[in-house]
Amino acid sequence: MTSAICAHSVVEPSGRSKSIAGSLVVVYALLSMLPLFWIFLTAFKSPPDSIAYPPKVIFKPTMDGYCGLFSTISRQTPEYIASLPPPTSICDKVARARNMVVAGPSNFLPRFVNSLVIAFGSTALSVLLGVMAAYAFSRFRVPGKDDLLFFILSTRMMPPIAVAIPVYLMYRWLGLSDTRSGMILLYTAVNVSLSVWLLKGFIDEIPREYEEAALVDGYTRLQAFRKIVLPQAATGIVATAIFCLIFAWNEYAFAVLLTSGQAQTTPPFIPFIIGEGGQDWPAVAAATTLFLVPILGFTVLLRKNLLRGITFGAVRK
Amino acid sequence: MSETTVPLTIAEHAARATPDAVARQVRGLSDRAIAWLFISPTILLLLAINIFPLVWTVRLSFTNFRANRPNAKILGVGIDNYVSVLTDPDVWAAMQSTAHFLFWTILLQTALGFALAWLVDRRFKSHGFWTTVILVPMMLSPAVVGNFWTFLYQPQIGLWNYAVQFLTGIPAASFSMIGSVKLARWAIVVVDTWMWTPYVMLICLAGLRSIPGYIYEAAEVDRASPWRQFWTITVPMALPFIMLAVLFRGIENFKMFDMVNLLTNGGPGSTTEVASITLKREAFEKWRTGYSSAFAIILFVTVFGLANIYVKALNRVKSR
Repeated sequence: MTSAICAHSVVEPSGRSKSIAGSLVVVYALLSMLPLFWIFLTAFKSPPDSIAYPPKVIFKPTMDGYCGLFSTISRQTPEYIASLPPPTSICDKVARARNMVVAGPSNFLPRFVNSLVIAFGSTALSVLLGVMAAYAFSRFRVPGKDDLLFFILSTRMMPPIAVAIPVYLMYRWLGLSDTRSGMILLYTAVNVSLSVWLLKGFIDEIPREYEEAALVDGYTRLQAFRKIVLPQAATGIVATAIFCLIFAWNEYAFAVLLTSGQAQTTPPFIPFIIGEGGQDWPAVAAATTLFLVPILGFTVLLRKNLLRGITFGAVRK
Repeated sequence: MSETTVPLTIAEHAARATPDAVARQVRGLSDRAIAWLFISPTILLLLAINIFPLVWTVRLSFTNFRANRPNAKILGVGIDNYVSVLTDPDVWAAMQSTAHFLFWTILLQTALGFALAWLVDRRFKSHGFWTTVILVPMMLSPAVVGNFWTFLYQPQIGLWNYAVQFLTGIPAASFSMIGSVKLARWAIVVVDTWMWTPYVMLICLAGLRSIPGYIYEAAEVDRASPWRQFWTITVPMALPFIMLAVLFRGIENFKMFDMVNLLTNGGPGSTTEVASITLKREAFEKWRTGYSSAFAIILFVTVFGLANIYVKALNRVKSR
């Protein structure tokens, strides 16, 4: 067979065009991963290696970054360090090699915990509210349905800073500034719109016949909702939850304006990881790596539903 | 009135005495009641956290209130705040920065995103895996991304400057993406494009895949050249999807705050001060609450208008 007579199907591109397309896409993918890979490497560099010129690809890996992230260190005289008992942890060892001692834990862990609590708390609430509202919008005749749905979506489009001015005043007045519950409430309000729109799409896809059969069998509406609809919508609920989780995890504008200590999440904290003379890049890189890794996992989990999520459920495939 | 005076029957007494939970078990709630019971918590939350503050902002925008002086006398100033926002050269400079940012990010992302989607649609081996890899940047926190790009943009030691030196021979120490008045605007465009091209790609890909194969087969029968097929079938049929992506990126980038705040914080000077950064400065650094409320309302009305068009576009795509 020669290629001249073997005309390929239009739907199925030819082998050569496939491999050219493939290699271009792979090149783009690798280039776009380079910054992330670089941050991952930097987390294992010593501070001098991290700012070496030319940039070092091959270096001696150290735990400086991760130790700098989880502990605060202070400079001491070599005599003082020599007088100490032998180091008990790897971070002790790393610090003493640079004439430093570990002074105590850093604020990173509490900030990370705040991120977790606020992200999971607001996700649970927004999915709960979302699944209820979505079910009602999907199954019942609600007066002004389209307007209500548009209203719900439009709240997500508001510029965060514009919302933050009055929320800042309101929270100060209610005593909710810099509290986890305040942040959970705020993120729930932002996420509930996405949650309603996405879940409505998922529930629309469940045939009504299942519920109707259950109603005939003597279930009440609420029982049918709980025992028929919820299990059927499980995949959709999980996908929606992951989207809410990612938003709350990544959010910065509200976090930086409304929290300062107690309830501060990780994104506003990372830029303030300071070492001697400016940002401590290995520690910042370590924090960034730890912060981004969960997202990588979620992206893989979500890949089939990503399109739905980013278009509020409008594009399904 | 009359209902309360009529003596209750025994059955009515029993009905009233039955705890709600039991009554629901027996009768089940009416559909109408369930609908409102299920929708109202969401609406109440949005009213409390979004609408009430919004109304408050509108009220503040007509006053000279300053949040750092809660005890000062609040005076109504009419529409003065709106007038001064709209005549403020700083605001127009911010609008210009925003326009530059919007124009270039959308142009680059649409071009790159569509090209990538078209390539992925060739369905080469393991295209699913590579698509997922490409999608990663858009899932990340814009703030954290902005922060680590300041590291990549460091003069001399940054990976970006080194790559530029490697490719073009311009010495890595001779320029600073963030520090230079000329380059800073492009620094934010590059990062945003890196981050959001995958988004446009994903939506374009859905558009390309929604085109039925038989149209191409018919075109092939008619001996239409691939070039002609591309411009008369592929582009027009994917257009609603492209528009959707463009609109959404437009809305998001019009509000852009987190990435730019951490990458350049509006600097150097105010070259990259996009609208949200100006708003933050006025509201939380200069504490001109009344003035910034007026600015916030103006931004909000703009976004609301865009959102309206966006939802219409969503519905059009949905009916495909």
